[in-house]
Amino acid sequence: MLKSFKIRNNLGLHARAAARIVELGNQYKSQLFLKKGDQEVDGGSILSILTLSCPKGTEIETRIVGDDSEDFMEKLSSLFEQKFGESR
Amino acid sequence: MTDLRVAEQNKLRGIAVSPGIVIGKARLIDRSRVKILYQYLIDDDRISQEVNRFKDALRTAEEKLVTLKDRMPEQVKEHAFILDSHLMILKDSMLTDSTIQKILNEKINAEWALKKSLEEIRRIFDQIDDDYISTRISDVENVAERILRNLSGEAQEGLTEIDERVIIVAHDLSPADTTEFNVNKVMGFITDVGGRTSHTAIMAQALELPAVMGLECATDLVEEGDLLIVDGHIGEVVINPDDSAIIHYQEKQLQHEKYKSGIALTSHLPAETLDGHRITVNANIEFLEEVVVVRDYGWEGIGLYRTEFLYLKGLPNEEDLFENYREVAQIIAPDPVTIRTLDLGGDKLASGLEIPEEINPALGLRAIRFCLKEPEIFKSQLRAILRASVYGNIQLMFPMISGLQEILDAKEILGQVKDELDHENVEYDHDLRVGIMIEIPSAVTMAEVLALHVDFFSIGTNDLIQYALAIDRINEHVAYMYQPFHPAILKMIQQVINAARNAGIHVSLCGEMAGDPLCVSILLGLGIDGLSMNARAIPLIKKIIRSISFEEARSDFEKVIRLSTAKEVREYILDRMKSLIPELEEKGYLAM
Repeated sequence: MLKSFKIRNNLGLHARAAARIVELGNQYKSQLFLKKGDQEVDGGSILSILTLSCPKGTEIETRIVGDDSEDFMEKLSSLFEQKFGESR
Repeated sequence: MTDLRVAEQNKLRGIAVSPGIVIGKARLIDRSRVKILYQYLIDDDRISQEVNRFKDALRTAEEKLVTLKDRMPEQVKEHAFILDSHLMILKDSMLTDSTIQKILNEKINAEWALKKSLEEIRRIFDQIDDDYISTRISDVENVAERILRNLSGEAQEGLTEIDERVIIVAHDLSPADTTEFNVNKVMGFITDVGGRTSHTAIMAQALELPAVMGLECATDLVEEGDLLIVDGHIGEVVINPDDSAIIHYQEKQLQHEKYKSGIALTSHLPAETLDGHRITVNANIEFLEEVVVVRDYGWEGIGLYRTEFLYLKGLPNEEDLFENYREVAQIIAPDPVTIRTLDLGGDKLASGLEIPEEINPALGLRAIRFCLKEPEIFKSQLRAILRASVYGNIQLMFPMISGLQEILDAKEILGQVKDELDHENVEYDHDLRVGIMIEIPSAVTMAEVLALHVDFFSIGTNDLIQYALAIDRINEHVAYMYQPFHPAILKMIQQVINAARNAGIHVSLCGEMAGDPLCVSILLGLGIDGLSMNARAIPLIKKIIRSISFEEARSDFEKVIRLSTAKEVREYILDRMKSLIPELEEKGYLAM
């Protein structure tokens, strides 16, 4: 499954936000990949996500591979929409 | 004579960051890196053993982090995410899988493989532009060190494993280290580096642990098990004190506790003298987080919100500033918060601006001068402040004003920003009050004129004293000349207050003098309308104001203003305070 998101929280994809993504991924069997430009990284690795270096406004392409990918993508979407639970 | 010298030798002076006195045993924390040896593994058995050894070390580290998290003190629970991210890094493929791959492919020992993985990660992080992210490498290093210690069998120098009550002595402590403190075992801490505004200092205050930082050589001079006295009120540490010193500090400690609980009970009462003269007492803050910590000290508002912090990691955008100011305004409302615009030199901004290094930054391109030269940076802050002004009771204050022209220029830019906001239909407080800091001698001389153009004055005595007496407090050779009681300083303050009075504007004082017990009566006698200080000083200052009479303070001031040296002024006030409030001296509050 593929879907694109725009980073909307002020701090960008920083440590705490990246941690939320990894945490979510740990609940699923499917594998998540994040892509910025032509660089794709393992969405289960907080360090890899950080090295993507995504400030506010960055376009991210996500790819989920596996049996429970649909449910995973739904939860991931709301995580992005809610700005990772951050108020701004 | 000899005795004195010896007594001086075991006393260290540093920066008092968290108040209180403790006496206890020193525990040195060694944060130095574990030594790593390279080993080539010849047979396959050894290789699979090595992988298992690494996995065991990971497991031990994980168990450790989980226990740490469970045992985290209530007051710092909000910082638990530090440990969560460490747990995540511990399981991260970039660190662990890559290390295992290296053990298998390169046939090397786990320590060396881990070191190589860490270096790879460090190289990638070094290339990241965003400081916010690239500095996270310290978390990866912290986790790697944990694993290394497990591998080498060396017990992690655990702050949690401390089983007797001790005083921590370290070169430096990170906020992550302080989350590991078992508050029941750690009595206080002292460090070689760091200062009053570091996050570690704020954690110490939140945990109510006495702490002294910036001692420079504490880890060299203190030996494990030494008896230490830490006085977090005045920033003093005594190594292996004799019996009389111990008794002295024990008494001081006891009296402090008693006195503190006594004055804390009355800190919510108004700052009103015995004969009914009332002034405002406000707090100075630097971080949003401090508001929560300082709430109980009985302030009536924030007299000085320093805004530099958000600029230290690079230029912030307007949204970040706006959110920060809005939050402060909302928390403090309906009480006022005075936001001081940027008081930095360009050299402190981690941005692309090309600023040549200045020989004398105190006299250089900083504060309002810098803002007027870089109007886009200034405008973005003014927009953020104006937009936040509808959410609470905000006042605006310009620092380092040397004459009328700067006020006119700054106000013109403020006017432009207001026009822009009107144009965009953005709401702001149209009656926003605008004031200035009086901290340059030329502004004192021109105070009559300046008062006609602003809504309030705030006298910044820290800088005023330095500029007026031409001394750099940080220079140890002249620091003794930093004298708030210099008659010239008192006359300058008097001149500013008179100018404000004639123009009918509010005048307050926000330097360290405001929180100095010895200065209160003279400032009252001078006719100051308000004081703004470190919040922790408020209960005592209020207590003093409530114990003296305005009439007496005024007649004292009339006498003091005729004295000719700082020494005479100080002695006169000291005598007066001793007789007015004897317990101040007994409790050591007049020692400064």
